[in-house]
Amino acid sequence: MTWPFAIIAVLTLTSAVAAMSLRNLVHCVLMLTVTFAGFAAFYLQLDAQFVGFAQVLVYIGAVAILVVFAILLTRSAEPPRQSIFSATWVVGVGIAVIVFGLLSGLILSSRALTRAIRPPPEVSVRQIGDQLMAKFVLPLEVIGLLLTAALIGAMIIAMHEKEHE
Amino acid sequence: MVETTDQLFVTLKHWLVGFAPGQWQPLFSALLSVAAIIVTFAGLFAITTILERKGLGRIQNRYGPNRVGPYGLLQPIADGLKAMTKEDIVPHTADKVVHFLAPLVLVVPVFLALAVVPMGRNMTALDMDAGVLFFFAVGAATELSVFMAGWSSRNKYSLLGAMRALAQMISYEVPLILSAVTVIMAAGSLSPVRIVEAQAGYWGALPRWYVLTPWGLAGFVLFMIAAAAESNRSPFDLPEGESELIAGYYTEYSGFKFALFFLGEYLGMFGISGLGITLFLGGWHAPLACLEWIPSYAWFFSKLLALIAVFIWVRGTLPRLRLDQLMGFAWKFMLPMTLTNILAAGVWRFMPAGAARWIVCLMLVVAPYLMLGRMLAGRKQLGRRVYGYAD
Repeated sequence: MTWPFAIIAVLTLTSAVAAMSLRNLVHCVLMLTVTFAGFAAFYLQLDAQFVGFAQVLVYIGAVAILVVFAILLTRSAEPPRQSIFSATWVVGVGIAVIVFGLLSGLILSSRALTRAIRPPPEVSVRQIGDQLMAKFVLPLEVIGLLLTAALIGAMIIAMHEKEHE
Repeated sequence: MVETTDQLFVTLKHWLVGFAPGQWQPLFSALLSVAAIIVTFAGLFAITTILERKGLGRIQNRYGPNRVGPYGLLQPIADGLKAMTKEDIVPHTADKVVHFLAPLVLVVPVFLALAVVPMGRNMTALDMDAGVLFFFAVGAATELSVFMAGWSSRNKYSLLGAMRALAQMISYEVPLILSAVTVIMAAGSLSPVRIVEAQAGYWGALPRWYVLTPWGLAGFVLFMIAAAAESNRSPFDLPEGESELIAGYYTEYSGFKFALFFLGEYLGMFGISGLGITLFLGGWHAPLACLEWIPSYAWFFSKLLALIAVFIWVRGTLPRLRLDQLMGFAWKFMLPMTLTNILAAGVWRFMPAGAARWIVCLMLVVAPYLMLGRMLAGRKQLGRRVYGYAD
């Protein structure tokens, strides 16, 4: 474990915990954004430039903003009065511990750990583009069609409301 | 001689790095690049504020600042001193931490974005494979800072300004990126350095810049409109419209924090203009073969100053848009135009060079422009413009 990895890991985990436990929802979103940034830093540390920047662009640039909009449009930004701790937490923590134990047990006993680590391939953005346009062109087209349909659908919904007024 | 002046700053940096002990050299080199970017663009910011105030003054038939120093040229220094010595007021109910962090979250990404812009031959601080993607990715953080500033002030005007800014930035990010896609397709690379190299050379007397192709011209205009909206410049300055929202998301900022917002906004404009130059205006290349002896960084910065002049001119000329006009323009006009422009760039790429290619691509750009314009204007049922008194 190297120093940069340790710093990013601590930052990501702390902000993830804070995102779950802070009282003010907007603070939670900001902490969640730090978590997203931490993931992006992990990708960059693994030399996956394209994934790292896409993570920043999509999660920080779009998903975080979407969450912010959702919070501000649906409820007041005032923090709730009552404590966020409740009795169901005990059950939740119990389930989380069981799942974590199960997963870590399975990972530790898996054969993947004993396999020799292969040297990481040098992947440039150009190669990713070539692969997307040649080998994975059909999934790309399908996703493109789906997103375009969603875009037009969203615009039609927004337009309809306007005519109604 | 030409070579020496052109590479002056590069050789200077190598000479300075030579003084550092072996293992510290990469760090020292990075620090030097960072210092150069910060000093250059902070200086350019000071010059731009005085140019903008003088220019707007000329457009509005007044003098502009003329008291500090000869012709008011020392005004930025006075402004800077004022910003630093002013009391830093934080509203009582404000969210103190978020209120403090918002200006920093704005300024750091805009400086980062400047790092990938090639400012001269061999003068790119961070030459990476996915540079254009990096530029747009760090730009995403500025949206968050605007929200942080508006929300943490606990002021209705601030929150309204922040929501306007977010809606505007998200809407215009789509045409901004889509208009840049044409250049990425043509150059076949996401690296700003490769894109500038792809625009080297001349078609006869004219340079091989992408702006001198039909899709490039349309792309450049669309890119600069989206850039003005993205950096909250007039006529897209609704988020801070002083007559409507006082100053929008930075109403509650004073002193140095306000100066940081101001700096961030101008640096965002420089960065996005720099990217526009890189993508469409040939980066640091000279416009004519006989002007090649002028150093590359001089070309980059003169192009940058020219674009800033256009921004000032537009600000002094056009009135502010209404919010529904702003959204309608982005989704009904800019988006279809950028999509057909991508088609035009694709056709340009695969047709053989010649007059036929020009005619087909020009049709693909002009026809949707006219059709969209007619359609949108027709739906609004606008008649001929009638002047009440000016006739």
